[in-house]
Amino acid sequence: MTTTVYVPCDSAALAAGADRVARKLTELIAERKLDAKIVRNGSRGLFWLEPMLEVATPKGRVAYGPVKPADVAGLLDAGLLSGGANALNLGLTDEIPYLKKQQRLTFARMGITDPLSLADYEAHEGFVGLRKALAMSQADIVQQVLDSGLRGRGGAAFPAGIKWKTVLGASAPQKYIVCNADEGDSGTYSDRMTMEGDPFVLIEGMTIAGVAVSATIGYIYVRSEYPHSIAALNKAIEIAEKANFLGDNILGSGRNFKLIVRKAAGAYVCGEETALLESLEGKRGVVRAKPPLPALEGLFGKPTVVNNVITLATVPIILARGAQFYKDFGMGRSRGTLPFQLAGNIKNGGLIEVAFGVTLRELMYDYGGGSATGRPIKTVQVGGPLGAYVPESQWDIPMDYEAYAAVGAVVGHGGIVVHDDTADLAQLARYAMEFCVLESCGKCTPCRIGSTRGVEVIDKIVKNQNRAQQVILLRDLCDTMVNGSLCAMGSMTPYPVLSALNHYPQDFGLAVPDKHAA
Amino acid sequence: MTAAVIPPDAQMLATVRGVLAERAHEPGALLPVLHGVQDALGYVPRDAVAEIAVALNLSRAEVHGVITYYHYFRSEPAGRSVVQICRAESCQAMGAEALLEHASKSLGCGVHATSKDGAFTLEPVYCLGLCASSPAIVIGDDVHGRVTKQGFDELIAEVRSAA
Repeated sequence: MTTTVYVPCDSAALAAGADRVARKLTELIAERKLDAKIVRNGSRGLFWLEPMLEVATPKGRVAYGPVKPADVAGLLDAGLLSGGANALNLGLTDEIPYLKKQQRLTFARMGITDPLSLADYEAHEGFVGLRKALAMSQADIVQQVLDSGLRGRGGAAFPAGIKWKTVLGASAPQKYIVCNADEGDSGTYSDRMTMEGDPFVLIEGMTIAGVAVSATIGYIYVRSEYPHSIAALNKAIEIAEKANFLGDNILGSGRNFKLIVRKAAGAYVCGEETALLESLEGKRGVVRAKPPLPALEGLFGKPTVVNNVITLATVPIILARGAQFYKDFGMGRSRGTLPFQLAGNIKNGGLIEVAFGVTLRELMYDYGGGSATGRPIKTVQVGGPLGAYVPESQWDIPMDYEAYAAVGAVVGHGGIVVHDDTADLAQLARYAMEFCVLESCGKCTPCRIGSTRGVEVIDKIVKNQNRAQQVILLRDLCDTMVNGSLCAMGSMTPYPVLSALNHYPQDFGLAVPDKHAA
Repeated sequence: MTAAVIPPDAQMLATVRGVLAERAHEPGALLPVLHGVQDALGYVPRDAVAEIAVALNLSRAEVHGVITYYHYFRSEPAGRSVVQICRAESCQAMGAEALLEHASKSLGCGVHATSKDGAFTLEPVYCLGLCASSPAIVIGDDVHGRVTKQGFDELIAEVRSAA
């Protein structure tokens, strides 16, 4: 029987040399006349083990990693095709604790299937949600999404069902579904993994959204930094169209839905939904004032659902298993799971999908194994470049939108960037302002000018030019940015800045308040 | 040798017109058109702006505004390989700033600039989505993770020897 060897095609696996490993393996399989074939799967998200090979055996899939091209011959000698023992043998993939402890719902198929195999997708619960949705009324579909408690996974955490309900209730000759795949936050890659490793789930989620609100056209706005995602989506759309999961009269239901992939052009602020819509319309990605809400006047002025990749990719399992199933995960008003992304200075960085309620300490130590450099962890930025730096005193707070908001932090898109004790928080705060200078769309003054002034003020603080006075000025400036900016770009840049200043004053040359109190 | 007879401008305009014929009908066509032009020519020539503006019923200022707004579009040709080094937070936590400095010295050019021999253009980039493999870079179309200074020099040497 032909043995299947899986070699991931995810960008992070490619960055570790997966293509070279696959080439070597192909070469040796031919040379040794072995009865084996290679399948390029998505990544399981255990990135310190990439390229991670898997072999299908009667006992289950056996993993090997990290594999270099030079290891391949030795692995075959050691009986790779039957799961043979080797220093790189990681045992049964499903038993790897990092994976076994997770609750993968949105990422249920990730790394298991061939991303472009419809047969694989359907064999793993694919299109069950869409088939159910096609037999339901539009109001019932929207109600399921509402009842599941699903909130926008892009960062803003707005209830997805409410957006859908607004668009369903709006009457217009044309409505749109727009997928925000402009995943620009440092430390995040769950959107990228989904598009590359399980593109059909996004297609299915968007089609369900289209059916639910009577939108017949969907756009996926993908970052230009993600060429592999764009290629995978375009291929998947073509396959889905041929199989009638997309296009006219989907599965004989009389419903139509067409999907178009649009390549972005490297503007961070286009991750903001109204700037994204401007960009899709062919303009500069400048933020729009709200109201009108995009749900009523969105793309080309028509009612539009704008959701993040993970939000839309979570819809199929909600429809397939029911709202209650999904809602049973999580805590408080944060229902379901979040694919957390462990990044930066971390030993075992990777994708961890678990229910809300997990703590940062668990993620960084139980999963992540501490810092990559072996030095003590000093700070963690959660939620991207506009997220707060979280000090150790807050690492036991449960990951929950409200619990994080209560301490001035954000869960955001679930990106976790770890820094060791060599990090200089004054420099990181300066970088946050510098990034805002670079990426501000320029429409509102607090963001456009405030960020430039912010860089200057932080420089003065560091150089001790009227330090005490400049700190007051920085706080005042941040207050103006928080309250006076049009969107999150300007209003949240102060989060990393102020959290750095408040929790790490010594990095700014300031006295540590606790020491005075003692 | 027949190509030499056609002035480069005419050839450029023919390419731009080809892209316009294919994409100008799309709703909100400007970005797809600019991508098409940059994919074909490696940059969006200033001389193409008027042609694009007329075809999309926009002013030249509007087209220029869009080209200059987005970091991805370039108005000048790049070197034979574009080297993108991520300098977002996750990569910073793993030494990206030092890597960028090393790259700049090693290639002999600053950021947003091209090496003297025209082989490499160095660009900072803000997140490649390879944050668990920091620091991450792209050379041409190839992504690389956990890049050390020595690893960087080896990758550059590989590209040079392949050229």
